[in-house]
Order: sequence, then C-alpha cells, then structure tokens
Amino acid sequence: MTDRPFRVLPKLTRQNEDFWTGGREGELRFLRCRACRAFAHPPQPRCPACLGTELAPEAVCGRARVATFTVNHQAWIPGQNVPYVIAIVEIEEDPSVRLTTNLVGCSPEEVRIGMPVRAVFEEREDVWIPLFEPAEA
Amino acid sequence: MEILERRAAISGIGQSQVGRRLFRDSLELTLDACVAAIEDAGLRREQIDGLATYPGAAGPAGFSGAGIPEVHDALRLELSWFEGGMESPGQLGSVINACMAVACGLANHVLCFRSVWEATAAARTGAIGVAAAAGAGAGGGGGFRASGSMQWQLPYGAFSAANWIALFAQRHFHEYGTTREQLAQVALNARRNAALNPNAVYREPLTLDDYLGARIISTPFGLYDCDAPCDGATALIVSRAESAGDLRKPPIRVEAVGSALRGRPSWDQFDDLTTMALRDAGAMLWSRTDLKPADVDVAELYDGFSFLTLAWLEALGFCAKGESGPFVEGGVRIARDGELPLNTQGGQLSGGRLHGYGFLHEAVVQLRGEGEARQVSGNPQVAVAAAGGGPLGSCLLLTRA
Repeated sequence: MTDRPFRVLPKLTRQNEDFWTGGREGELRFLRCRACRAFAHPPQPRCPACLGTELAPEAVCGRARVATFTVNHQAWIPGQNVPYVIAIVEIEEDPSVRLTTNLVGCSPEEVRIGMPVRAVFEEREDVWIPLFEPAEA
Repeated sequence: MEILERRAAISGIGQSQVGRRLFRDSLELTLDACVAAIEDAGLRREQIDGLATYPGAAGPAGFSGAGIPEVHDALRLELSWFEGGMESPGQLGSVINACMAVACGLANHVLCFRSVWEATAAARTGAIGVAAAAGAGAGGGGGFRASGSMQWQLPYGAFSAANWIALFAQRHFHEYGTTREQLAQVALNARRNAALNPNAVYREPLTLDDYLGARIISTPFGLYDCDAPCDGATALIVSRAESAGDLRKPPIRVEAVGSALRGRPSWDQFDDLTTMALRDAGAMLWSRTDLKPADVDVAELYDGFSFLTLAWLEALGFCAKGESGPFVEGGVRIARDGELPLNTQGGQLSGGRLHGYGFLHEAVVQLRGEGEARQVSGNPQVAVAAAGGGPLGSCLLLTRA
C-alpha cells in the first residue's frame, strides 16, 4: 500500500455519498432528474434544469473523454510523489458533466486532450475515488 | 439608464512596504497603507465613513492580513457603511461595492484595503494555503477531509490554483495553438517593468532562457508563470464624485465596472474551458460605456498566473478570442512604450502578490502621471484594472476627470 499516492479524502454527506461510494459496486454514479433526465453534478437537492425535486442516483457507463489535463510536478506536501496527471474529463452521457480526476495506467507523455478514458476506482477507507485510465475509442 | 458607478471616483491611494518575508505585523502593514491613502487624498480620518475589503479575516494563514473590525477599531473610524467577504466577483468586488455605497449615498469616502502576508506565513508554517490544511490529514487518515467545492479537487492532488488554472491554459494551448514562448511574454514584460518599480519584489533581469529553463510546476506552467507570495497592503479611497473634486489630488473617475458571472461558479464545470468568469465581467464592462478597448491607454490585468493575463486580454476585447498568444508575441505591443502598456508595476509575477488591488493602485498611479521611471508616456487618460481567475473576476474602467 505504500506506493499509493497521498490523498485528501472527501467528507461524506447524505448528498454526496452515492457519488463517492458507487465504486463499491464498480459504478460511477450521478444524481439525475427522474422528470427531465438532467444530471445534477455536483449533487444538489433540486434539478438544475427543471427545478424538480425527484432526483435519484444513477450509474453511467463510466466512459469519458479528456477535456484538458496538467502534469503536476510540484510536491505541495513534503514527500508527495510527483509527477502525476490531473485531468478534467467529460462523461459520455453528457459532456457538460465534468470531473476533475487523476489519469492512471498511462505515462504523462501519453495523455492527449480528446483521449477516451474509463473510470476505475481506488478504495480508501469508506470512499471509492473515481480515477480514469485509457480506454478503447 | 444612469451608470451609477460614475458617481464614484478614486481620491486617494496608499501602499505599505512590499516584500518577501518582512516579518512585520500584518495589521501594521495594513494601517501603513490605509493612513497613506487617507493622507494622499488629503482627507482627515474623521471623514472616512465607509470601509470595504476582500476577503475579510478569512482563508488560510497569511491570505488575509486584516479584517474590517480590526481596521475599523485601530483607526477609531465612525462608519456609515462597511463590508468585507470572499463571496464577491473577486478581489475588486469589494471596490465595486464601495462604488455602489457612495453612489447610493450610504457613505462619502470609503476606505478599501487588501492586505496579505503570505510570505511570512509560509516561512512560519513551512507550507502555504490549501496544502497546509491538507497536511493535517497526511496519509489520507482520519484527519482532514475535504468538503464543499474542494471535495472535487483535493482528492486528486489538485491542491493549488496553479493546477486549476493550468487546466484552462492547457485547453487554450490545445484549441488555439498558444505556446509557452507566448506565455513567457507576460512574465518577461512584468519583470522589465518591475525593474523600474522600487516596491517590486523581483527586479533582476529575466530572459526567455531563464523562463524556459525554470522548473515546471504544473504543465504548461513553470516557476515564472506563478506570482510571488509577498507581504504587503494596498489601500484606496472611493469617494462620492462630488466630494472628490476639492481634495489634494485630481480624482480618477470610475467610468464602468464589470461584475458579471453568467457561467457556473466552478473551477471545472464552467461552460468554456479556455476562458473563465472574467469573460462575463469583461463583456459587462463594455456594455456600460461608450468607450472602446482601443481607447484604453494602460491595462493592468491580473497575473496571479501568466495565463490569466492572456484570458483577460481576450475577455476585455483587446484581441479576438484565442488570439492573445499572437497578441503578446515578442512583447513589443505590451511594453511600456507599446500600443497597450501592460502591468506597468511588474504585475504580481514580479511585483508581488498584492492580490488584485495592486493593479488598481497602479492604474491610478499611471493616470495621475506619478509612475516616475515606469510612467507611460503620452499622458494616459483611460486605464483598465482587472483581477481574478476561475470563478472570480471583476474589472474597472478608470478615466482622468
């Protein structure tokens, strides 16, 4: 376990726990409006499109594309392993839904904007952190 | 529609000593700047009846040198109106609030201030900002946990605004072919100007080779794309225009402000990853004046990271969307004697991170013709000052009365 990177973990709340624990079942989940099907991310109590209150967590396929990325070389915390890739990905079901994430399973030199990726999960205590790795187009 | 901010004018400015690790008390620096601004305006402190600041006593160590109650009490002010806080369109949001206060007649003379002592705070704690807070939970153990909007960044080691803004810069590079050599011009121009500013923190010459050879922080940003944490305070007085005319210095008029944020208030959900909130603030500013970008004689545009200046150049219409790289290429156009003198005090990259207020201070210096060695020639009449990045951004267009 010592090769695992340092992570600050998210504080679980009733609102965000479906997102941060979906990985237990291998699922990337977002809140979605039952009425108009809009996604609500980050999670919120009403649909951002129709303002309806019937939101429920729903699994997406886990595929996404890299919208942008940066290779971080700075150790912000003493002993932090660098470099690592921070990316913003757009999910396949709705590219306006984005996640900041880390790209794993590839070297920083291989990362390209537009690259297809898929979600994998890293279990830490009571949360499953969604990360993304290269996928077939 | 009356453009109410035109009832406001900037009547005084002040700045404390600015430096790396001054080890001076942050309230002392703040009061130095405040007293200097009051004297510069030729006001008595009894005439100060408003107080505004960003961000108030908030944030990690060193981020804020003083809050409203401390300054209020230290100066024994009698206030009709005051406010301070972070939830505004960036650092200059506090100045825009002050403009509104005097326009509405809630106050005559509002003392606005921004105080930082990040350099001394970093020396004392060995770390800065979010990373210091995150360090409390090193190893991901049961200590610190991220909540609110930071839960979407911190688990991924995106600890710094350097990371968050690098993501926008990289997308801009991808879509428009912007290069590091172009980005470098923002840093090199700042350093050339800082050499002529005795209050700037980095004044020694900087070459393109130095820039390109510096260690990488977060691609595409190297060390010289990131501003310099410092200790220092800036203050200015926003006065009701009719109260400003008979003061010591000629008032600098507020022609228009931009405070809009029409996109999502988020580091990663904003609709266009090649621009930011500043897009909306810039568009709003020009909707409130008959002046045009071509009328601007001096531009003081936020450079917390070099890319932000490029983004502001586009947002304020000095060039077309995506064209900021070619616009600054070679550095001639943005030089002190160029067609758009930019960041004439050295910006924050070389002048020190006075966090937004330094740009407004410098815009007033230039319009008054008080820039000494760094004064832009030709008697500048119109200046724009802008601050902020990501979901924060606001700007003011100033003219000589």
